[in-house]
Amino acid sequence: MLHYESTVREPLVNGSKDYHQVTEDIISPLEKKPGKLWWIALGFALTMLLFGVWSVFWETYWGIGVWGENRTVGWAWDITNFVWWVGIGHAGTLISAILLLFRQGWRTGVNRAAEAMTIFAVLCAGQFPVWHMGRVWLAFFILPYPNSRGPLWVNFNSPLLWDVFAVSTYLTVSILFWYSGLIPDVATIRDRAKKKFAKWFYGICSFGWRGTAKEWQRLEALALLLAGLSTPLVLSVHSVVSMDFATSVIPGWHETIFPPYFVAGAIFSGFAMVQTLLILTRKILHLEDYVTLGHIEAMNKIIMLTGGIVAMAYITELFIAWYSNVVYEQGAFWWRIFGPYWWAYIILITCNVVSPQLFWFKKLRRNIPFTFVMSIVVNIGMWFERFVIIVLSLYHDFMPSAWVYYSPRWPELGFYIGTFGLFFTCYLIFAKYFPVIAVWEIRSVLKRSGESYKQQMVAIEQKTTEEFMQEVQHEHAVAAH
Amino acid sequence: MAIKQFVVASFQDEELLVPAVKKVRAVGYKLYDVFTPFPVHGLDAAMGLRQTALHTAGFIYGALGTATALLGMSWIFVVSWPLDIGGKPHFPLPAFVPITFELTVLFSAVGTTLTFCWLNQIMPGVKKHIFHPRQSDDRFVMAIEVTPRTHVDEVKQFLLQQGAEEVTVQTAEEGWWYGFFSKKEKYEQTNPQWSVQ
Repeated sequence: MLHYESTVREPLVNGSKDYHQVTEDIISPLEKKPGKLWWIALGFALTMLLFGVWSVFWETYWGIGVWGENRTVGWAWDITNFVWWVGIGHAGTLISAILLLFRQGWRTGVNRAAEAMTIFAVLCAGQFPVWHMGRVWLAFFILPYPNSRGPLWVNFNSPLLWDVFAVSTYLTVSILFWYSGLIPDVATIRDRAKKKFAKWFYGICSFGWRGTAKEWQRLEALALLLAGLSTPLVLSVHSVVSMDFATSVIPGWHETIFPPYFVAGAIFSGFAMVQTLLILTRKILHLEDYVTLGHIEAMNKIIMLTGGIVAMAYITELFIAWYSNVVYEQGAFWWRIFGPYWWAYIILITCNVVSPQLFWFKKLRRNIPFTFVMSIVVNIGMWFERFVIIVLSLYHDFMPSAWVYYSPRWPELGFYIGTFGLFFTCYLIFAKYFPVIAVWEIRSVLKRSGESYKQQMVAIEQKTTEEFMQEVQHEHAVAAH
Repeated sequence: MAIKQFVVASFQDEELLVPAVKKVRAVGYKLYDVFTPFPVHGLDAAMGLRQTALHTAGFIYGALGTATALLGMSWIFVVSWPLDIGGKPHFPLPAFVPITFELTVLFSAVGTTLTFCWLNQIMPGVKKHIFHPRQSDDRFVMAIEVTPRTHVDEVKQFLLQQGAEEVTVQTAEEGWWYGFFSKKEKYEQTNPQWSVQ
């Protein structure tokens, strides 16, 4: 008896499965030709991507002026979308790193898809600051390298530069973490492959992995180390993003509460996006046995918790604005709620504070259509949170004569749609050609948390302690001889 | 490296494999390696493997990152081009914290991953002999190297007694080489009995 887990905990893998069945369930969809639905979805995603490319081309050709931004509102949709996408990425790292450190077995069912989501979301996020530069051909100026312009170095005091380092480090580490976990599964696909191209392609991607004892030992050490590094990293990334605002002297931005507030919001929206993706993926690829209701409920609980933290931050912000007695700070929040953008604030509060409270009901937490709708509602809310913070702190600045109302124009809208295209194109290709569930990690929890294995524990749990001890001692005695 | 002969046993369950590994070591056969579809805890102890030193490597790379960031930024701001940014000091240590942290993480993660690949000798384009086509699926495979003093039949019998599902004798390259998994190796084509059934 190598494995034991109480039957009180829900099984992580439903149904009676052995190791081979797990491999079949997850890997055989990759070996078939893509279906009609996949092509339609890919076509849709590529259309969005192309529209985005056109919008970005238009913006680069004519300049930033084609966006709706102006002298008062210098940051708007682009930075809103940047923060939103980076935030979405955070759930993937939380699942793969923090839940690994906390030894949460349920991460095995969702970590691969969530990590992929992280990488694609950060890729999308990175587009916004880069194209917002306007003269994008000078983008390499943000890198500190000895140059012939002085040398003119970058400003290491600037949070915008910290962002460059934070986001690029985050992307790199996420890719390493994701791919190192993917290698053994790619090796599985390679060993099963019948077609020549598949053998060649997955052979290269598997790096020649064989799963020797030493390889596994090192992989587990690497995963633990990367988890240890990613945990503070993920907290630092959104903290640094929040410092883009918090270190400025704009009322509504200049708040010490920002780093934890942003991190909680990031995890909140990220888990919502994981739900959106996984509810669709499990349905289409028939993975209901691996992404169970228990998984969905666990994630809904995290959405509730982080939603609560975010709500607390909104209240604190309002209280401190009033309590500070600074007229500009009070003004910023007054205009947030009662200004011409009142509707944005209402959407924010409804989506982020009010609606997650419905998850107090267990029936709703375990209701898949409801969770799906909620996951989209939360992400709309979190988009509006960033919009409210960014635009609603800028549009009524210190001088009433400069007050404006900001509306986006089509290239901004197109750019945002384009990043959705990029995200879904990447995700569709990933989900078709790579396993969306970490097969080897499922195998390693199968005997402890698989449904059919857990049922064998029922008989053991019904024994008295004395009976059980006697049997174990007997087993040990037999083994010793 | 070298082409060698191996006695290869496959097991259906890790609970059979671990005691078998212990027995093989006790009897004194030359254990080449064990291939499993997922990390079997306790197997490395049963094989007598040391704990990996990857963590130490990670620490050293991280320290290198910290030093690079701090020294680099200090040199740039103090020596190379002391720039007056809003009257702030030239050596603003608190402002250096975020980038120092990021570079520490970056160096440690990249360095450790590369070390991981190097230690395991894995890389795109690297090929190794696969002893059993289901060793990455649901079979637990043990390969014993045949030395001049090994009686192959005796080893076969011994492994079957330990609960092996099937035992084969294979001739294979023991190390890695550059190649593609889509291509059959020369010795496999000329000697079909050497390749995996």
